[in-house]
Amino acid sequence: MIDRRFFLKSSGLALVAGGLLPNVFVKMANAATTRGKKVLVSIFQRGAVDGLNVVVPYGETAYYAARPTIAIPREAVLDLDGFFGVHPALAPLVPYFKDKSLGFVHAVGSPDATRSHFDAQDFMESGTPGVKSTQDGFLSRALPSKKTSPLRAVAFGTALPRILSGKADAVAMTNIAQFGVRMPEFEALYPEAFEASRILKAADPTALQPENGAQYPTNPLGNALKQIAQLIKSDVGLEVAFTDVGGWDTHAGEGGAQGQLANNLRQFSDAIAAFTRDLGSRMGDVVLVTMSEFGRTVRENGNRGTDHGHANFMLVAGGGVRGGKVYGTWPGLTNLYENRDLQVTTDFRDVFAELLTKQLGVASLKSVFPSYDPKPRGILA
Amino acid sequence: MKRLALAAFALSLAAGFNSDSRMTQRDRATHALNRLTFGARPGDVDKVLDAGVDRWIDQQLHPESISDCAVEARLQNMPTLRLSNGEIIDAYYKPIVQARRMRKAEGADADTAEIKEARQKGRVVVEDLVAQRIIRATQSERQLNEVMVDFWFNHFNVFIGKGPDRFMLTSYERDTIRPNVWGRFEDLLRATAKSPAMLFYLDNARSRAGAINENYAREIMELHTLGVDGGYTQKDVTELARVFTGWSIDPRSGTFIFRPRMHDRGAKSVLGVDFPAGGGIEEGEKMIHILAHSRATAHHIALQLCQRLVSDNPPKALVDRVAKKFLASDGDLRQTVKAVIASPEFWDPKTVTAKVKPPFEYVISAVRAVNATVSNPMPIARALQQIGEPLYGAQPPTGYSDRGDVWINTGALMNRMNFAVALANNQLPGVRADIADPKATALALGGPEFQRQ
Repeated sequence: MIDRRFFLKSSGLALVAGGLLPNVFVKMANAATTRGKKVLVSIFQRGAVDGLNVVVPYGETAYYAARPTIAIPREAVLDLDGFFGVHPALAPLVPYFKDKSLGFVHAVGSPDATRSHFDAQDFMESGTPGVKSTQDGFLSRALPSKKTSPLRAVAFGTALPRILSGKADAVAMTNIAQFGVRMPEFEALYPEAFEASRILKAADPTALQPENGAQYPTNPLGNALKQIAQLIKSDVGLEVAFTDVGGWDTHAGEGGAQGQLANNLRQFSDAIAAFTRDLGSRMGDVVLVTMSEFGRTVRENGNRGTDHGHANFMLVAGGGVRGGKVYGTWPGLTNLYENRDLQVTTDFRDVFAELLTKQLGVASLKSVFPSYDPKPRGILA
Repeated sequence: MKRLALAAFALSLAAGFNSDSRMTQRDRATHALNRLTFGARPGDVDKVLDAGVDRWIDQQLHPESISDCAVEARLQNMPTLRLSNGEIIDAYYKPIVQARRMRKAEGADADTAEIKEARQKGRVVVEDLVAQRIIRATQSERQLNEVMVDFWFNHFNVFIGKGPDRFMLTSYERDTIRPNVWGRFEDLLRATAKSPAMLFYLDNARSRAGAINENYAREIMELHTLGVDGGYTQKDVTELARVFTGWSIDPRSGTFIFRPRMHDRGAKSVLGVDFPAGGGIEEGEKMIHILAHSRATAHHIALQLCQRLVSDNPPKALVDRVAKKFLASDGDLRQTVKAVIASPEFWDPKTVTAKVKPPFEYVISAVRAVNATVSNPMPIARALQQIGEPLYGAQPPTGYSDRGDVWINTGALMNRMNFAVALANNQLPGVRADIADPKATALALGGPEFQRQ
């Protein structure tokens, strides 16, 4: 745990230990990173994206009745299976749905009833809905205790997210090119930072240009995914990558096929499509999953927006994904949770349980999701 | 002589305590400076000792008694700081809206030259706002006042990136937050409830009868007053949103306006308080009074103040005592803060250096530790962005975290080290310090001890 070591660092002992860190370690770490390592990439849509306007139940008349000004018109929806369709801004992702490498889960979420952004994100990242005392994040608990590479878990952003905080070392960065310390004398104080930056320097991921004509949008999510692809391709031992993207809290002026949400979704799907295209066949080693703390009210509010709701959607794409399908039991829009929100019929932990076991090879989920018995949905082959 | 002592000084700031023995007056002065200011400048410990630690704290609790002419003179050069909300909107926001309208009328796709020009012209508002905060934090003699402004702004956070809020934060900080940080909590709460910046940020300005928006009603209970476990239900959120319908912004003056025709005149019940049909603005006024005086609010505010000033997980007994003081003093924020600072827990050796500095505290304390002259605050603003806490840049209503574990990770530490290297080598344009041994100073400012307060 970085902060633990950080606090111990004031003792003279740590200074000595820092000096013992030779290049041998870097070589060992490089040897341990094998080509074709499985990677799980998670994207958190913070602020609660309106899933009903992303994966649209356009076959249900109640949807149109509840959203007189912000519903996605039938003719604008891009059909998935005759009942669900996606927002037109997701057009770049539809080919992957068609070739079955991308799927959705609907009416998925946390069983906890909170409509607080903060609490709901916290529960989703700790992996223990309703339990506030959990100290670490579930992705951190899912990482094996045997350390393979200092870059096995990387979060793009300035702060280490809750989901990756814990005993397993994880690195937060915003820019690979700037990841490094300009004064070698600091090494004795912060050896772990130097390990990671040395490996990065040797691998030089930023020299890798996007392939297959992929064009990343120039937004924070595009930048993060571009760099995650560079880390994957440069074989630095990445296993878990995380990034987040905000701007989904559409209480007012949400828009329909055009407008605020549409603009955000365009940025979102352009970034994911570029990532998939860039990685090409290497995407076979990667699973990308998206999540958001809760959904939004079925009925639009007085400001052509939506308020905090309950169930939402998740997107799953990549190698081994049995895509081309919208997973989950559809509860319908006439029998609502607390008479206002989409019911949760799939626990988000069921989705992650499957990704963690099948993609990352986590043997037991007992400590990852304590006192929960996940039900795999067959999303991964 | 001053130059030689710098690196050692920076190191001694946080590390020099012997936790086994009782604190000396010098220890007490150092601890007070660590927690109640944005970090000590060279010579500050002696100044506090000369004044007497307790007397110095008492002065800091009464900032109006401290002269601050150097800062005030500097801020004179930033005219947007003196404009009213309406004046800023007229001069800097409406031209952008106008230019956008013209683009729409012309059917143009990309931003026109007029839009770009209007936007460029408007940038000075944010630059002045950011600059004044950095200048005040760095240079003001009223340090505890600046700490509390930072605390309360963050408590009632408004994100600069939401629509026209970038033009409303100048007034929000100056007219809503600053005049109320040493007054009664109810007044501060009411001022935020009626501030155009908050009304826009949490969407209440547009909430109206039959078409309510829950955003503000939820956050005023969850974040501003009761706390998430404060005992309200979803029904309370909806009903409170109805109470606040019609609390809006007058676009002509850029000030608060109550619009009776937008107000839901039906009967309501919030947190067990019944309002008969036909009510108006007094319903919201009453709920603000009730929320400000609730036990749950007292506990929530006490906890957050103790987290800021004492430790990430403050002792329950301390929080209870501070909450009691909050209630007994009718939410008097000076007395409540004083209760925290005067507590044995604040002076417990375990409290000393127990907190990790969030980026703002870290960056400003480094600038102060080397006694740098800041003629251009923008490189400091950029450093804050890199280290993860851009000023006014917290998007969610929760604001920035006050917990150390959130801020400490490999990448963030690297950014802190690189900032220390740049500062110690005089590589930040417009930030100048007299440093004899840049390497030693950088190591001290980037080292683990200096990350704590």
